[in-house]
Amino acid sequence: MSFLLSFKKRILSLLLVAVLALPAGAFAAYMDFSEMYAGASAEGLVFSDKLNELAGSSVTMTGYMAPPLKPSIDFFVLTETPMSVCPFCSTDADWPYNIVVVYVDGSVEALPYDQEVSVTGTLDIGSYVDDNTGFVSQVRLLSASVE
Amino acid sequence: MNVNRRLKVFVQLSLVGALSMSFGSLAQAAAPAAAPTAISQQAEFHNNARGSVVTEDSITILPINRAKLWAGQRFDFEVEFPTGSTNQKVTINGKDAEDVFGKKATITNYGTHISYRINNVTFSKPGSEAVSATASGVIGNLSKRANYTVVKEAAKRKAKNVILFIGDGMSMQAKELGRILSKGLSDGKFNDLLAMEKMPNMALITTSGYDSLVTDSANSMSAYMTGNKSVVNAMGVYENKTKTPLDDPKVETVAEILSRSKKMSYGMVSTAAITDATPAAVMSHTRRRGEQNYIASEYLNRNNPPKVVMGGGAQFFLPLSTPGSKRKDNRNLINEFKEKGYQFAGTKAELNALDSDKPILGLFTMSHMNVYMDREFLPKNKKVLKGFMDQPGLLDMTKKAVSVLEKNPNGFFLMSEGGSIDKQLHTMDWQRATYDTIEFDKTIEWAQDYAKKHNDDTLIIVVADHAHGVSISGTYKEENGKVGREAVRVYGDAKWPTFVDANHDGFPDNPDPDVTLAVQYANAPDHYENYRFQQEPTVPATVDAKGKVTANPKRAPQGARLVEGDIPTTTGETQECHSADDVVLMAQGPGSEYFHGVMDNTEVFFGILRALGVDASKGTPEVPFTSQEGAQK
Repeated sequence: MSFLLSFKKRILSLLLVAVLALPAGAFAAYMDFSEMYAGASAEGLVFSDKLNELAGSSVTMTGYMAPPLKPSIDFFVLTETPMSVCPFCSTDADWPYNIVVVYVDGSVEALPYDQEVSVTGTLDIGSYVDDNTGFVSQVRLLSASVE
Repeated sequence: MNVNRRLKVFVQLSLVGALSMSFGSLAQAAAPAAAPTAISQQAEFHNNARGSVVTEDSITILPINRAKLWAGQRFDFEVEFPTGSTNQKVTINGKDAEDVFGKKATITNYGTHISYRINNVTFSKPGSEAVSATASGVIGNLSKRANYTVVKEAAKRKAKNVILFIGDGMSMQAKELGRILSKGLSDGKFNDLLAMEKMPNMALITTSGYDSLVTDSANSMSAYMTGNKSVVNAMGVYENKTKTPLDDPKVETVAEILSRSKKMSYGMVSTAAITDATPAAVMSHTRRRGEQNYIASEYLNRNNPPKVVMGGGAQFFLPLSTPGSKRKDNRNLINEFKEKGYQFAGTKAELNALDSDKPILGLFTMSHMNVYMDREFLPKNKKVLKGFMDQPGLLDMTKKAVSVLEKNPNGFFLMSEGGSIDKQLHTMDWQRATYDTIEFDKTIEWAQDYAKKHNDDTLIIVVADHAHGVSISGTYKEENGKVGREAVRVYGDAKWPTFVDANHDGFPDNPDPDVTLAVQYANAPDHYENYRFQQEPTVPATVDAKGKVTANPKRAPQGARLVEGDIPTTTGETQECHSADDVVLMAQGPGSEYFHGVMDNTEVFFGILRALGVDASKGTPEVPFTSQEGAQK
């Protein structure tokens, strides 16, 4: 009896954990900016095995929100270090290459650009041109939530 | 993003591109020298009635008043009249401009103004040229004048080659930092001068563009390359009123003139991205330096392409599908260079392995190359180098470039740029800037040795393109709990910094000695004052969610003082800015005697052509003088 009870309890608690955790992204794998590329050469950057394997999965990354184009937009750029220049406004091309474009459902409110944010979404990789802005990205988090 | 969606996006983008292009050409075609509409006449009249808009300044003559040109130098001539004006007439020394240039003018009504333009023209003989532009209409009679000087000089002893070294942002104080760290002092005297400071001829160069007191690297380099002033962010052009950054009237550059008229080879080497302003201005013509996709492709799109293109900036040569690319199309320019016979190098080892019989494209990072400190001095940090672990230095690139260029018996023109002196002063990291200044000087020392071994027929010019407001106020020594401003030593307390170069390689063994320099910045955003060396490059400021520039807390050492900046917090300037200070030019070799006293920045161009004794009437002008396509969408 006690065995059965504890088994039921375990199942219940496991389910509970699963249900509670899902929206919070507990199943999301964590990826650091430094883990995205395996190599760099003048003929292109090489995606890391980890980045390739996690494509299509839920992934959490932490970084900084770059200044968005306008107050209300459905995507923003996540960078490794705080960025001062807006990627759309700057003609300077000092923009780093290891950026992650974050697409959210709905629109984004600008957060302080100097505070670290944690973002969880479905990892999408490969060259993509944004419909509205023409912004080209290689790595994206889709339907992402921002903490 | 599935394949279909991507395809859709590409189709949409192509359609937009095609539509905008055809709209542009239709607008051009359907814009004859039409009389202005009644509406625009009325609008102009009202403006005039308020007494504010239509004045003599409503006419723009390009090239501008007081322009100086080399006889035979090609340029586009444009006069912009206000709408509402009629009976436009343009004369030069009293003769109709069309007769003087032997070409019909194209007159285009843009709605905002009327353009009178004759492309690809020249004054073949030295002398004075007086331009007069007149018009009339409901706004009354308008007139404007501009005077040009046309010159053609030759030095007594001609140079065969020219090496132009640009220390980007290397103000006199930045150069002095290099001297203090590299040579040191004893008994109150410097132990030695920098190699560049041993050159026999020297001039002070003023740096303004024609639009602004403070210049950027694009229009200052444009002045050196064309002998004509330009505006901030522009190179090889005068600014006209249309928004397109690729249709502004062009002025031929020294590289274009030498390659066509003397069949000389030329090339560019930089530690910045090779499409960045300074190397780009050697040959490009655009109102907007950010058009780097266009600039990269223009390097090949000409009769006489450069024989050597070396630096950072691979991002503008790779198709957009390649990770790291910033192109907006799928052109692979590295392959296009290879197809035209160029050897390609992506690392220092690959560069060293190339032979010198064929032209070279060398691209060693995605954007600007790393600085000497991070590339050669500190243990290699993958995070800082972003995986580009084997980058050549300015000396490696310059030596290789000369080995290719010197094959031409007609001589060569090389532009070699220490690009990160500027970039590190912008981020208020004077130590990194100074190690790059020393690397720059070592490259010059090699070039001096090269000139000596080759009949001393190479004109070497070293000059900054603009200054930075950095100043050495004394030394900095933390002691007895004194840190921050309390540890700044001035006058007699300053004594001497304790940089040591035990291995005599010219670089201090420790960039962060007990007694370092107290370097102050004249113009800066809010920042944490930090006199000590930073192991990793860190930006001084960032912007908050409201767009206000704020100090970067990661820049704060223990006990750091927050320093309120002295540039606006609302314009997005998060870095230290250029200053309007004069810069110093140092020169040696045939023709270098031209440089003395205080000179305008445009004189660098005339000094080069004079040293070479150029007859610019020879040869076929370059393609960009007839092509206005390719603006980055």
